[in-house]
Amino acid sequence: MPDSRKVKVALVGNPNAGKSSLFNYLTGLNQKIGNFPGVTVDKRTGIAHLPNGQSIEVLDLPGTYSIYPRSMDEQVVVDTLLNEDGKDFPDVVVVIVDASNLKRNLLLFTEVHDLGIPVILALNMMDVADQKGLSINATALSRVLEVPVVSINARTGGGLDRLKNALTLPVEEVNPPMFDILPLASDAILETKRVLALDHDYKAYQYLINSPTLPSLNGSGESIAKEIIQKYDLEVRVVQAQETLGRYSMIDGILEKVLSRKPTQEQRQFSNKLDSILTHKVWGYLAFFLVLFLMFQSIFAWAEPMMDFIDLTFSALSGFVASILPDGVINRLITEGILPGIGGIVVFIPQIAFLFAFIAILEESGYMARAVFLMDKVMRKFGLNGKSVVPLISGVACAIPAVMATRSIDNWKDRIITIMVTPLMSCSARLPVYTILIALVVPSTSVLGFFNLQGVVLMAMYLLGFIAALLSAYVMKLLMKMRERSIFLMELPIYRTPRWKNVGITIVEKVKTFVFEAGKVILAISIVLWVLASYGPGDTFSQAEDVVREQVSGQGLSDQDVEDRIASFKLENSYAGRLGKVIEPVIAPLGYDWKIGIALITSFAAREVFVGTIATIYSVGSAADDNSTIRQKLAEERNPKTGGPMFTTAVAFSLLVFYAFAMQCMSTIAIVYRETKGWKWPTLQLIYMSALAYLSALAVYQLLS
Amino acid sequence: MRTVADLRPGERGTVTGFSDQELSIKLLEMGVLPGTEVIMRLVAPFGDPVCIEVSGYNLSMRMNEASTISLH
Repeated sequence: MPDSRKVKVALVGNPNAGKSSLFNYLTGLNQKIGNFPGVTVDKRTGIAHLPNGQSIEVLDLPGTYSIYPRSMDEQVVVDTLLNEDGKDFPDVVVVIVDASNLKRNLLLFTEVHDLGIPVILALNMMDVADQKGLSINATALSRVLEVPVVSINARTGGGLDRLKNALTLPVEEVNPPMFDILPLASDAILETKRVLALDHDYKAYQYLINSPTLPSLNGSGESIAKEIIQKYDLEVRVVQAQETLGRYSMIDGILEKVLSRKPTQEQRQFSNKLDSILTHKVWGYLAFFLVLFLMFQSIFAWAEPMMDFIDLTFSALSGFVASILPDGVINRLITEGILPGIGGIVVFIPQIAFLFAFIAILEESGYMARAVFLMDKVMRKFGLNGKSVVPLISGVACAIPAVMATRSIDNWKDRIITIMVTPLMSCSARLPVYTILIALVVPSTSVLGFFNLQGVVLMAMYLLGFIAALLSAYVMKLLMKMRERSIFLMELPIYRTPRWKNVGITIVEKVKTFVFEAGKVILAISIVLWVLASYGPGDTFSQAEDVVREQVSGQGLSDQDVEDRIASFKLENSYAGRLGKVIEPVIAPLGYDWKIGIALITSFAAREVFVGTIATIYSVGSAADDNSTIRQKLAEERNPKTGGPMFTTAVAFSLLVFYAFAMQCMSTIAIVYRETKGWKWPTLQLIYMSALAYLSALAVYQLLS
Repeated sequence: MRTVADLRPGERGTVTGFSDQELSIKLLEMGVLPGTEVIMRLVAPFGDPVCIEVSGYNLSMRMNEASTISLH
């Protein structure tokens, strides 16, 4: 363990208590924060520096209402806090509580306190409590609880110094439990202590209740616990209910000493009024639809000028580099392979930035929880769950975090179905493909005076993905025969102005991930592709020039035409061309030729490679105009059989539908494997999505051509 | 017996007990305690889920969950 010297601090708290914001302030790491329950699903650690020069390791645990988990991400909390030998076992726990909701938040605090780990209480949202007319005496609270109590403001970073100072103090002796669990199940607890050699009542009790899932017991605990529960005829749920009630009556006693109420004007009224509109049967759906519409309209309309600028800059750059470097392999590698490859990455930064800005704002403001509330009934009809809305909406950005976000769904069947259909949502990697194809065949005219037709078609593509996801979910619901209890209970947090800093951090993080993670793949594939397209097997390729000149001699073609013929002859006989030819019979019914075939093959790794591939192939394939934009190159591409444009409406829409449905993302396959713990679901997913893509593209092409 | 599912928006009631033991543990943890007053705040389109105000915050739940909370 490299960090074994560092003091480990774990952050624990209710969802929406401000835990992730506090983590950001403590560690300075860039993190995504929203006030939607379940946004923190992964283990996040960071290093914080204390005023005395000491560094501590901070662990951000998922938000939970109690240490009795009801979903996978809540499970992490109890697992970490009970596993004394685990590498994440904290030296100190900071329990962050929402002061405006002190009673409910203190329940978790007392449970964590009673586990026998030193705790510090961080009182957050004192301003909100104040608005609600609640006045909390932090000094009195500290005296009653006998633990350090620090009031902080996780939204502004206020009080952070006090918390850091509290963390520098030596770890205090652990207090005895506040709530005595023993009378509720004394015989069973005493026996568990004896069998497992424990010296702590509440811990022994936790082993009894939570043992089936505790990794620290290596599975042996389950049978021991079961035996003891049977032997003493222990009604686990009754005891648990009694414990919770007992804790609440204890908390009531504490609150009497520290809490006073002032007369108040109802501050929640605004939130409640807004809710009556945003969850209304007409206005609610209208608002939901408008939010999504605005999102897609802005992605298209606002990002376009920036994208055109980037596109032009890169083609100009290619032309410039081509003119200053001596002609040769290096020149062509840079101007035909590397620069178009990088351009194909950078050009999508504006759209990705807008997309993630919207998603971050929806999460930050609290609207996401309303979307869940609004959609639950509808989603259930399709075998999903209101909570599937979050993965599905996040899926518009990227399927990988979206699949991870399904962990907040406690029902296994709902969760599997959500995982299976989430990749059908049009992710940001499809956006480049959509953009380029729509711009090619859909005129940029306005509809009803102010909607851009291209924006409308783009939205239709997203709708198509969504409808396909719903229908696939419905089919799976009918196929999967199992009944499992599903608990919905969800807090609707009050509306808040998004923290623009957090929105900014999200945008920067996501753009960085796209440029460096996806970008690496795109660039590498662009270069490999350039090599495959520039070299070929046997004599046909190396003697291309002679062969073509012989063919065209006496036809009176201009030098330019001859050069073009040579270039496309070379491409056709290159390694890439041969590969494309091999799959051409399979994709010909969809309207694709071998050049598009190359793009289909390369974009199996990641969809966004499509545009870079096309750009590289057509740069290589045309000797003239190395500095035209990608869109111009596509528009100029001719179909050798008809002589007309290659990218007709039928071909473009067939491709659009294919990319909408096909599972062309290695990372998604990997994450589904990880989340479902096996190859069964990712394999089924790959098969059904590929079949759906092929058949739909076939139908579209045959209908339109 | 009257339950939370019978409340119309704006109506109040005091929790007396629960008819589902497994769910009751979660409800207790979320601050839905016997003797606590609940106010029906919102009903989603198509009548489900609903949102109640309890212990000073808004909690949404499905109708089948609401019907396990008895009131007087």
